[in-house]
Amino acid sequence: MARLQVRNLQSPLAGPYSFDLDAGHCLTISGPSGAGKSLLLRMLCDLDPNSGDALLDGTARADMHAPAWRAKVVYQPAEPAWWLPTAGEHFKPGQMPRVQALLPQLNLSPSLLSTEVGRLSTGERQRMALIRSLACAPRVLLLDEPTAALDPESVAATERLLQKELAAGLSIILVTHSEAQANTLGQRRMLMRDRKLEEVST
Amino acid sequence: MTPVQPGAADLAIASTLVVLNAGISAYLGLHMQGKMLWSAVRMVVQLLLVGLVLRCVFALASPAATLAVAFLMIAAAAREVAMRPSHSLRGWNGVWLSAISVGLSSIATVVLALLTVLHPTPWYQPQYAVPLIGIVLGNVLNSASIGLDTFYGGAVNARTAIEAQLVLGATRNEALKPLIRDSVRKGLIPIINQMSAAGIITLPGIMTGQILAGMDPMDAVRYQILLMFLLAGGSGISVTLAVYLAARSITDERHRLRLERLSKRA
Repeated sequence: MARLQVRNLQSPLAGPYSFDLDAGHCLTISGPSGAGKSLLLRMLCDLDPNSGDALLDGTARADMHAPAWRAKVVYQPAEPAWWLPTAGEHFKPGQMPRVQALLPQLNLSPSLLSTEVGRLSTGERQRMALIRSLACAPRVLLLDEPTAALDPESVAATERLLQKELAAGLSIILVTHSEAQANTLGQRRMLMRDRKLEEVST
Repeated sequence: MTPVQPGAADLAIASTLVVLNAGISAYLGLHMQGKMLWSAVRMVVQLLLVGLVLRCVFALASPAATLAVAFLMIAAAAREVAMRPSHSLRGWNGVWLSAISVGLSSIATVVLALLTVLHPTPWYQPQYAVPLIGIVLGNVLNSASIGLDTFYGGAVNARTAIEAQLVLGATRNEALKPLIRDSVRKGLIPIINQMSAAGIITLPGIMTGQILAGMDPMDAVRYQILLMFLLAGGSGISVTLAVYLAARSITDERHRLRLERLSKRA
């Protein structure tokens, strides 16, 4: 059984979309801005009203409490927001061992946890956001251009981390404009154009 | 002592102050002279009408008339609460929300005062019920509209921050909690200021009125203290109800933020 099964997911703005995603697999989506990539991710995590079915390991979304669904199918927007003064305050105490383990893998110093979020660079915030998403221990991660603001070194570190997480069984839907990144991470590639999703043969 | 009654000529003399205000506005180019004069005229007409209506209601002294006046006042206050904030809920939800929060809080406090503290006989005696509900409404409507203004404006401004919490598995209550607390606190500030300033910086309106009308100052003070307690209770209930109902109204059962249910006032 697929990790994530999507059936006729649609809203007045986009869809319908149907596809399966296996455990440990990465599906990449590319396409022009405004084509509907973010809309799809928002529907998948049930943040925008939508109809159709989505199943996680066979359990229908409708049978799950919405926050429980979102904790398992975590969406990371292109510009992740922070709601507390420092990055460290965004983590629960139980998440800290995992956070401490992830920081060096993305070349981040633990001291950044106690720095004010506004004083972090865009790239540091973006990598910190990935740690925040992974700290929730999701089954499916919906990433919207997670390396857009990063230098080549950080991009490589991020891709290494994502590959490691994939190998450990995480499933990822990755919106990216980078052909190279799609080739590195994606088992399956799709193209979003005018709110329509099509498979790209590789 | 017999209270001094201002006559029409006295009022006319006092009204020159409004004209003076309008003159200042014209001189400074504030373009407020029209508004100033118009609102002064409105005030005079509205108060005269209210005086006439109250005279009739007092003469009738029937529960139906008292309740009808109270109901009309609540409806007008609810409309104000729905209209004042910079954002409002689309459709009838906003009207219901403000009617419930303003209506419940004012009725609860006024009924408490009438049945347990003042107990006039009969309970519906309009000389007590109508002014009480009037002053309570003025305060609860202020608290509720400040709370709603803070809440709606905050939700629109902090949309990405609220959604950032939702996408990590927070419930709508968790994600909105800081904003709810902030909004309720803002709504409570006026009554707290009013209580702490009472008597030192300001003489509260009701007390001033009663003293002017010839009441013994200590009696007027006791009335004012009772009123302040009522107002504090009413404000707290109304702003809490309004903000919690608003938090329900701009989210749905799937814990989504539904800001499209709000419209911005032009």
